[in-house]
Amino acid sequence: MNASDTLAEVLRSEGVRVLATLARTIGDLAVAEDALSEATITALDTWPRTGIPDNPRAWLAVVARRKALDLLRRESARSAKETAAFRWGTEAAADQIEEAIEAMEPETSLRDDMLRLIFTCCHPALGREAQVALSLRTLARLEVPAIARAFLVPEATMAKRLVRVRSKIATARIPYAIPSDAELPGRLAAVLAVVYLIATEAHAPTGGDAVARVDLEAEAIRLARLLAGLMPDEPETVSLLALLLLTSARTSARTDADGNPVTLADQDRTRWSRAAIAEGSAWLSEAVNRSGGVAGSYQIQAHLAAAHSTAPSWQETDWDRIVGLYDLLGSITANPVVALNRAIAVTERDGPEAGLAALKVIAGLEYSHLWHAALADNLRRLGHPSEAAGELHTAVTLAPSQAEQRLLQDRLRAVRSELR
Amino acid sequence: MTRYVALSYYDRNQYWDALPEAEFAPEYTEFARRATEAGVMRGGEALHPVTMSTTITVSGGKGGDILLVDGPYAEAKEVLGGYFLLEVADLDEAIAWAAQNPGSWRGKIELRPIAPIHA
Repeated sequence: MNASDTLAEVLRSEGVRVLATLARTIGDLAVAEDALSEATITALDTWPRTGIPDNPRAWLAVVARRKALDLLRRESARSAKETAAFRWGTEAAADQIEEAIEAMEPETSLRDDMLRLIFTCCHPALGREAQVALSLRTLARLEVPAIARAFLVPEATMAKRLVRVRSKIATARIPYAIPSDAELPGRLAAVLAVVYLIATEAHAPTGGDAVARVDLEAEAIRLARLLAGLMPDEPETVSLLALLLLTSARTSARTDADGNPVTLADQDRTRWSRAAIAEGSAWLSEAVNRSGGVAGSYQIQAHLAAAHSTAPSWQETDWDRIVGLYDLLGSITANPVVALNRAIAVTERDGPEAGLAALKVIAGLEYSHLWHAALADNLRRLGHPSEAAGELHTAVTLAPSQAEQRLLQDRLRAVRSELR
Repeated sequence: MTRYVALSYYDRNQYWDALPEAEFAPEYTEFARRATEAGVMRGGEALHPVTMSTTITVSGGKGGDILLVDGPYAEAKEVLGGYFLLEVADLDEAIAWAAQNPGSWRGKIELRPIAPIHA
């Protein structure tokens, strides 16, 4: 990491913590966000000259608080109404940093503030799209242009979306609170779903030409790490981190030198990240220890990723275990995509006849290129290249990205050559 | 404290067939009693069916012609059947109360924060 990367990293990781506490103290997330943005600009201006302060969080907290007070004062001057938040404040001078360090929130209270921030960003009264955008901006501290690029929408659209979300939080009074014990499982599931969705978007980008977007993958892992650190006793939280790490281990092998996608069967396994596999596996054991024998959906998916990561080759994969894990996964989430992946594993374990039968009973994937591609694979193996070509042709038209279209077109050409 | 208007929407046909005055009215009364006792209820009424409604538009800006439509604004499948006002600390509390009103299982309830108008 070079100096400016280090600085950016400190600003992002400490920034979210400062924001979490500031939002609670002044009772307004939008004002806290604006204040932190201004404080970040000041830091970017100052730190390269002075060096990163010994306690960057305290530095940022003091400056952000002062900016927040300025903002609130301007606002209250406009409305001529003294807000509760304004009454709270006393202006902190820059030389009061020492004092601020002493008065700094103890870790437990910081943890609660972080949880408040997370659960607010993923409140069920916000749409999934809004939760994702807000989580990337507010929790991961990603800049608006980067979020817009990641989701292939114009910057102005993303900026507007964020403004709308923040104003809904303020106007509809979405509370800055940790859910009650009774609500927690459902609310936590929503938070994990947001992180999972960011990771999915990273792996199968809709539209565009990239096979995977490493930036979004890194953001998803960053958020999962944050959650696992805050909620180490929640097995699904830890499992999600394990899953994302294990999956990310394969990212660099998912494209060839020309940027074309390479399927799991054909990947050069020496290019997989041993470090990510080791870390993911360690978190997975941790999750298993915490879950008391009841595996949730992320844990099963992490086991699946681990089973692939530790297999020496596609042929030597423990397909029996993989089919078993998909059976387990299918029993807790009835999802046609799970059935599809199970059928692919059945082909490897029991042969194309069984695989084809398993694929044909799946309903609801008529518009999935992956389903048609899997049908084609089994048909080709059973010696029906003409039918296989038909399925591949459909798959090409349904493929969501150009990269996947190219991959399927190559297969289509190969099958057609068998026809001659 | 924040005030929310809870708008109860019902399936158009279902609402015609069974007005809130019907046999399940006691469920609504019971909700109103509990919410009033808790001090969060700031009023509310049931509405007559949409066949009784008139939609008004003033065309061409203030002072223009008053255009009337016999019936509701939109040809929606769901119609507004009633409303109540809640005064609570935040959205979670409003949701918790709205989920106890029969409208949330007989139909749907939309919670809208009220924007106070200063005279």
